[in-house]
Amino acid sequence: MTTYRNRPDLVAALVRDDRVHRDLYLSDELFALEQERLFANTWVFLGHASQVPEAGDFVTQEIAGRPLLMVRQPDGAVHVMYNRCAHKGTQLVTDESGNTGRFFRCPYHAWTYKLDGAPLGLPLKNGYEGTQLKACESGQGLPVVKHVKVYRDFVFVRLADTGPSFEDYFGEVLGALDNMVDRSPEGKLTVGGGVLRNIVHCNWKMYLENINDTVHPMSTHESATKAAEALWEGHAPTDPKPMAMEQILPFGSGYEFFDKMGGRVFANGHSVLGVNFSIHSNYAQLPEYEAAMQAAHGVERATDILQRSPQNSVLYPSLSVKGSPQAIRVIRPLAANRTLIEAWSFRAAGAPALLFERAMSYNRLVFSPMSVVAHDDVHLFESIQQGLRAGGNEWISLHRNHDPAETQQATVTTNGTNELLMRNQFRAWAKAMTVEAAA
Amino acid sequence: MNDPRDFIAHEAGLLDERRFDDWLALFADGGHYWVPLLGAAQADPFSHNSLAYEDRLLLQLRVERLKNPRAHSQHPASHSQHVLQPSRIEEEAADEVRLRTPFLYVEARGDDQILLSGTARHHLIRTPTGWSIREKRIDLLNATRALPAIQLFI
Ligand code: FES
Ligand SMILES: [Fe+2]
Repeated sequence: MTTYRNRPDLVAALVRDDRVHRDLYLSDELFALEQERLFANTWVFLGHASQVPEAGDFVTQEIAGRPLLMVRQPDGAVHVMYNRCAHKGTQLVTDESGNTGRFFRCPYHAWTYKLDGAPLGLPLKNGYEGTQLKACESGQGLPVVKHVKVYRDFVFVRLADTGPSFEDYFGEVLGALDNMVDRSPEGKLTVGGGVLRNIVHCNWKMYLENINDTVHPMSTHESATKAAEALWEGHAPTDPKPMAMEQILPFGSGYEFFDKMGGRVFANGHSVLGVNFSIHSNYAQLPEYEAAMQAAHGVERATDILQRSPQNSVLYPSLSVKGSPQAIRVIRPLAANRTLIEAWSFRAAGAPALLFERAMSYNRLVFSPMSVVAHDDVHLFESIQQGLRAGGNEWISLHRNHDPAETQQATVTTNGTNELLMRNQFRAWAKAMTVEAAA
Repeated sequence: MNDPRDFIAHEAGLLDERRFDDWLALFADGGHYWVPLLGAAQADPFSHNSLAYEDRLLLQLRVERLKNPRAHSQHPASHSQHVLQPSRIEEEAADEVRLRTPFLYVEARGDDQILLSGTARHHLIRTPTGWSIREKRIDLLNATRALPAIQLFI
């Protein structure tokens, strides 16, 4: 039964100014439309250039349900192609990453391709003489993703032919990536320590909303923070804490703390939570590192970079950034009720090893499938996914601090507990979902 | 319990009976519980991340959290079953021993259960009161893959 595909009015009606309809989380049809429209028409994070340091290095990744292949070229550029043989569609590589050497060779009938996807050779060449192979798609090599942007080594793709430019789409929120990269005195990050991967049985939007939800930590994470507080009892507030304590205890900060940290929304669903301070602001300072940062950036700019440590910056729809600790989360939707969440850590060139340790420790404590903090989040997401099936109320409230004037401005700075950060995501969702699919 | 292989079976039994305080007491002061993210291929807990790498303080935190009625994810509570193959002694000295124990691990909660498999590697040291855990390392067969929440102790 198709309800929404040809009815943009019905899709738009699911997102009201101050609430959204449950079908956003439950409907398989909307999930399919999201893949076609939202994830194909916006700029989606694929991977990091440091994953493919040498020519021939590749990484495979599915975006909007399409298998992609990111490849380092002999000239140093990073290209993205569809992972689909031009002959009959075999995936050129099925490992998650590796090095293909100087060309790709299809395992099925041995058609070969250059690293940029151009056709190289094929067996029984004579058999194609007089045929139309060269003139049709099959003779053109691997289909290439045309809209690829490598921004400070973060690789994004837009699969649709038409749509906003990378800069127009992200705008000021790119400052979140700048801040993370600038924390390297050499301006260079590399992915390190592997990626923690979680399967969560909930809709991807629920996870993304929670990244902007400052009202839940006190109640959701009470068991973890109370246990940490009990173990840390008797220590003075100034006592140096083990890294785990430094990272877990701030989850118990009160409503006022989270309200005052402030938030900012931008056009297209992006946001920064914690524009004033965050649970990451009070990590121990490192004098040698600060000196290196000042040498690289000047005193004023170094101070500015290091003092900004937002809770989360959302590059809608799939990337969440923590400048300090240097970590990102990537949201990869699998089905209406199933989402893959990845947590990545970065090493910053020229920075002390402790920074990398912090990134790994934070991800392990908070985002691992064996996390001490996330179990309660995950339980509640999965609980919402079940609870929404209840009748009697088909709406999800996003009323907190709603102001009818808020839709008039693209950028708004506000208190940290304002559900505007979530409303802003859903407005972007409605916009993308009601534009006719271009790809 | 002089045979360290009996100790391994006892240790898993405490977890499956949810006697977490008694289980934690088996760890030596500097002891660690480690689940590397690369499974058996991982050399150390510092150059690569881990699904869990916990000292006694963090293990204590976990155990205390599980007792809190507001540990929401434990409504309903999880239960585990370790199915152990016979432990094999890898290395033995006067007062320490290393063993490997292939296992299946089932964690059940409500209508769902997850199944994990791998090899537990114990480094035990002898104390006046018996064996004590210096390190319990769990090499999961599919450690690098996407996993659902694992809430108790493998
Ligand atoms: S499908 Fe690739 S060569 Fe035939
Ligand atoms: Fe949370």
